[in-house]
Amino acid sequence: MTATVEAPTTAEQAWAPDPRPSLATLTAVELRKLVDTRAGRWLLAIIVLACAGMAAIQLGFNDREFRTFEAFFLGSALPIGILLPVLGILTVTSEWSQRTAQTTFALVPERSRVLIGKLVAGGLAALGSVIASLVIGAAANVIAAGTGGDAGWQLGGAAVGGIVVAQLVNVTMGVAFGMALLNTPLAIVAYFALPTAWGILAQLVSALETAAEWLDFSLTMAPMLNGDTLTGEQWAQFGTSVAAWVLLPLVVGFFRVLRSEVN
Amino acid sequence: MIVVDQLTKRYGRQLAVDRVSFRCEPGTVTGFLGPNGAGKSTTLRMICGLTPPNEGHATIGGLPYARLGNPGRRVGVLLDASAQHKGRTGRETLQLSAQLLGAPNSRVEELLKLVGLPPSAAKKRVGGYSLGMRQRLGIAQALLGDPQVLILDEPANGLDPEGIYWMRVLLRDFADRGGTVLLSSHLLREVEAVADRLVMIGNGRIIAQGSKHELLAGGGTRVRALDPAALRAAITEAGLPVTPTADGALLVQADPERVGRAVAGTGIVLLELRPADDGGLEQMFLTLTSNHQDQERTEKEPVR
Repeated sequence: MTATVEAPTTAEQAWAPDPRPSLATLTAVELRKLVDTRAGRWLLAIIVLACAGMAAIQLGFNDREFRTFEAFFLGSALPIGILLPVLGILTVTSEWSQRTAQTTFALVPERSRVLIGKLVAGGLAALGSVIASLVIGAAANVIAAGTGGDAGWQLGGAAVGGIVVAQLVNVTMGVAFGMALLNTPLAIVAYFALPTAWGILAQLVSALETAAEWLDFSLTMAPMLNGDTLTGEQWAQFGTSVAAWVLLPLVVGFFRVLRSEVN
Repeated sequence: MIVVDQLTKRYGRQLAVDRVSFRCEPGTVTGFLGPNGAGKSTTLRMICGLTPPNEGHATIGGLPYARLGNPGRRVGVLLDASAQHKGRTGRETLQLSAQLLGAPNSRVEELLKLVGLPPSAAKKRVGGYSLGMRQRLGIAQALLGDPQVLILDEPANGLDPEGIYWMRVLLRDFADRGGTVLLSSHLLREVEAVADRLVMIGNGRIIAQGSKHELLAGGGTRVRALDPAALRAAITEAGLPVTPTADGALLVQADPERVGRAVAGTGIVLLELRPADDGGLEQMFLTLTSNHQDQERTEKEPVR
């Protein structure tokens, strides 16, 4: 409090609005929030451990020809795809459970900008995870070379592109579920249970089989996770799943956050 | 500087805040007083854009809060000291806010020092803080952007007597340098000690507002006698409004001279006769609040 405070000449004279914090600033702050709490750091540590475990399993049990850079890369993307969205959920729901939304929205009243910052931060985390997958895949492949694996270094563009898209969609879906439900346990359970329940239901009821081909992520995302190039129909099926599981909760979530009262 | 105009908030059929209007000028500390549940916090949240009002609006420096652009640079807000991430350290909490509003990290260290959080406390997680430490952290956060306006909800909660004194000096100093302070409290003593102006709220409505001295002058005369019943009868006889206080004295809505004349001829032995300064505000607060609630009740009666 060393700086002096200037009083305006008259109380009626309105202030000129200050420049808003940029989206880059908002994104940087959201990225920092992902890693500056114990919960966030634990989650990241668990993801790294799970990737290492996955690589170890592949090194130990895969047939010789499936101990390659691409196989290890795709393998490490699997636990990331499952766990990273939880970080996406937490980036939103922790603001409510820890009640920091009060401070966040007091500093940035345009809530949609905060949400965009969170989505971009989640997207950057997803891209970062792909780089991590490449590093882990390469490390595992080096070990494979020394332990009698195929250890081939060729990596299809479809594999990298597919994993980039899949991780972006996974994390965005997590953020969207967090925004729509604003409650950590509820959002985590819904994120995992709803698609699974839908998948089981579609298997039991034959009338839902066609619908499942379009709306079950475990089917529509499968080609990407295998490193395959998608056909036009497969893209359409994937896009439909994205609309149902990502865009819909995202729209609901935006409305919910923008309209809700922050206590 | 802060203009609140007819703010109204309904929750279902309950009217939490009912056409509340007041102003806070630069250079003053405004105490927003009321019992718990009177609508203080809801009003402050509406001013800060965290709760949408049903009617009315509020501006700060002529702008709605949401249009300030970078509000942390203009308005320091502390609505709930416990609304912090328990897993973050105190320093990290401040650095995040500093990054958001574009203040340098040196400002964080400056404020940690100002609010009396030593380095050993700053590196601890907020989950381990006492309420008093959280209030200090919250004050530091509010002051980060070097604002001209402070809006604080029950800032004295959880502070020890030394902390409360520190807070008073800080707020007084802030206002004396041209700042505008709006702070809420349910404790009259606390507000009386630091505020220039008072806004009293009960059941969502403004009951009284004005300068502290105006309102204190309206506190009337405190009078005590050996025989309270006879005293009360004599004062009532003279047509002066009277209310008993908790300690057996009477509070009369008239100046001491008129009270003195009313009892002069009666032979009643007076023990005390003086302007009700210290206890007057509290008495008025309780009287106004309970009167208002009684009135509410009778107003609502026919509806049932």
